[in-house]
Amino acid sequence: MHNIFLVIKREYLSRVRKKSFLVMTIVGPLLFATLMVVPVFLMDQGADGKAILVVDESHLFGHVFEDEEKIIYAYNTIEDEESAKSMIQEGKFDGLLIIPDRSIDDLSEVSYYSMSNPSISSLNHLERKLRNEIEQQKLIRSGLDQEFLDKLKARVSVSAFSISESGTETQGSAVGATAVGYIASFLIYMFIFIYGAMCMRGVIEEKSSRIIEIIVASVKPFHLMMGKVLGIASVGLSQLLLWITLTSAIMLGSGLIFSQTMQPPAMGQIELMDPGNEVAAGNPLEPVLQVLDSLNIPQVVLAFVFFFVSGYLFYGGLFAAVGSAADSDADAQQFMLPVTIPLILSIMLLGVVLNDPNGSLAFWMSMIPFTAPVVMMMRVAFGVPFWELGLSMVFMIAGFIFMIWFASRIYRVGILMHGTKVNYKVLARWFMSNQ
Amino acid sequence: MTVLDIQSVSKAYNGHQALKDVSIQIPQGSIFGLLGPNGAGKTTLIRIITRIIEQDSGEIFLNGARITTRMVREIGYLPEERGLYKKMKVGEQLLYLAQLRGMSKTEATKRIYEWLERLSLTSWIRKKVEDLSKGMAQKVQFIATVLHQPQLLILDEPFSGFDPVNANLIKDEILRLRDQGATIIFSTHRMESVEELCDHIALINKSEKILEGPKIEIKNQFKDGTYIITHRHSLNGSSGFDVLSSSLDEFGRLATMIRDTEGKGSNAILQSIMQNTEVYSFIEKVPTINEIFIKSVKEEIHA
Repeated sequence: MHNIFLVIKREYLSRVRKKSFLVMTIVGPLLFATLMVVPVFLMDQGADGKAILVVDESHLFGHVFEDEEKIIYAYNTIEDEESAKSMIQEGKFDGLLIIPDRSIDDLSEVSYYSMSNPSISSLNHLERKLRNEIEQQKLIRSGLDQEFLDKLKARVSVSAFSISESGTETQGSAVGATAVGYIASFLIYMFIFIYGAMCMRGVIEEKSSRIIEIIVASVKPFHLMMGKVLGIASVGLSQLLLWITLTSAIMLGSGLIFSQTMQPPAMGQIELMDPGNEVAAGNPLEPVLQVLDSLNIPQVVLAFVFFFVSGYLFYGGLFAAVGSAADSDADAQQFMLPVTIPLILSIMLLGVVLNDPNGSLAFWMSMIPFTAPVVMMMRVAFGVPFWELGLSMVFMIAGFIFMIWFASRIYRVGILMHGTKVNYKVLARWFMSNQ
Repeated sequence: MTVLDIQSVSKAYNGHQALKDVSIQIPQGSIFGLLGPNGAGKTTLIRIITRIIEQDSGEIFLNGARITTRMVREIGYLPEERGLYKKMKVGEQLLYLAQLRGMSKTEATKRIYEWLERLSLTSWIRKKVEDLSKGMAQKVQFIATVLHQPQLLILDEPFSGFDPVNANLIKDEILRLRDQGATIIFSTHRMESVEELCDHIALINKSEKILEGPKIEIKNQFKDGTYIITHRHSLNGSSGFDVLSSSLDEFGRLATMIRDTEGKGSNAILQSIMQNTEVYSFIEKVPTINEIFIKSVKEEIHA
């Protein structure tokens, strides 16, 4: 046992001290924080304000083009098409909408001019405005009055609640669950890949540099393999912890800065609100926090740590065994594929799981240890019955114990073999051999 | 007293017989040369001793007890294919390897400094192994092998990769360790070093042991009554000996190799020669290990 700790310590220190670890530790959170903060920030800023000149020869849409938050309309301030176009060229307006003088039944040739190609969303916006008005006019023409039409409009927004077994209701957020599920699944997927490959390369290095013969004289191959797998797992966990700490620090920091700089423009609305909410309302991270509120945080965190570690242990041993069968990185490729296919499959099928997080495909994929770490994480974000989570964890533990035993049987023979042409038949023989 | 007792060890890989019923006794305090051509099974035997692989049959006893993995930690083993963690610093690497063998940190650190000093590597202690020259890395590897003061050292081709100066340095260290009481097995096919260092040898060929014993005894055993004589007049084979070859040396003397055919001994031959010519020198040709090696291996092939 003493030796396992020595091996873990070496594997851990030799990796944590590398420059690349330091770089990843700093760059990772910056990347995450950027990914999370920037879109929120941009959403808040929105697109730049626009000024659109409308030349409506039909004079039907006067009341439609009232100034909006981001768009200012100049309705029929200029009625001459040519001079309107020159205004665009001079840059006085961003866009020019020309509605020809036709009857309301025949309005298909509306044109829009601008210096640059307009975005699809802004065109859609204009189209929707016109279409709504035309439909409205036609409905009125067919004898319905305005009051009735107003009544006809229904506003529906479904709020999702999830009921736990103990009966407490929490407001669900499908978007939030999806985001959290995706991030967690991807982190596990990446972690298994990056650190699994690290395991494999470590084994190949020991094997090709032949230091293995000295080490094996003092350490049992199984201890050496476990030491390596666990040591690298600790590197991954340290990195993850540092990432979480640094990312939240950066996000909280930037959140505070934003909330201070953002307050003045938001003042108008805040006046009506509870003064206590002031800061929260100005914080662009508010939506993120709301999403987090809707999740069963302890369950998600616990499940994440569990599947993070057990998923890695399940695959880590396999990667080590693959490394033991190869003399070089290039040799390892042929055995990598069967190891990585279930992982890639589980990421590819995440979309399907997402459509029906409690369907039978999702259920079985979260039970089979090959796909469980990635798939179960996605499901946990949506809430999973305790018995399913428990069962999956039991399978996972049994799975990684079996996998490590399986891998160690190949590993103990493989690490001492040089120059042998290894194929699956040879691997099977190593596995069966008794030495 | 026997330190390592190898009894009828056999090993086959996928149908290929790597060792066949090999028994060797290695006496305490000896420098034991394990000789054999490439592929004879030397490394397999060493790997069985160090428990890297398991024999199919036979037993190995270390100091009278059947060898176990735990006991192997007490052996100092220098594999033929040298290897160290390239990215690790010299000092840390040695400490790690020493600790794996069960040494305490303080004890190991003390000895690491002693040994680095002895092999003049002290200034490299904080350098990574990949920054060292090949010879220096070899020295570090040697230190890793002997750091825990093993009573039994197994060195597989210890001099490969060393320049003559460093090879001498290592040779002196091996002798010093022997004088301190260690038993040293070394496997090689470089016969000069065997001639110089070994007091016992065993020869393995084609997975079988064909020779074993003290070096002197083996040499005596291989003496075939050949003498080298330098003399003035030409010699003809006469009663008691055959002339094997004869040539003029740089001083214009004849150098002749003869073989005693009747086993009468050197005095009898010398007497008969002295009657015919003037003898400048007369020596018995003791076979070198190299000759014994080649002769034995060839005989095996012809047999």
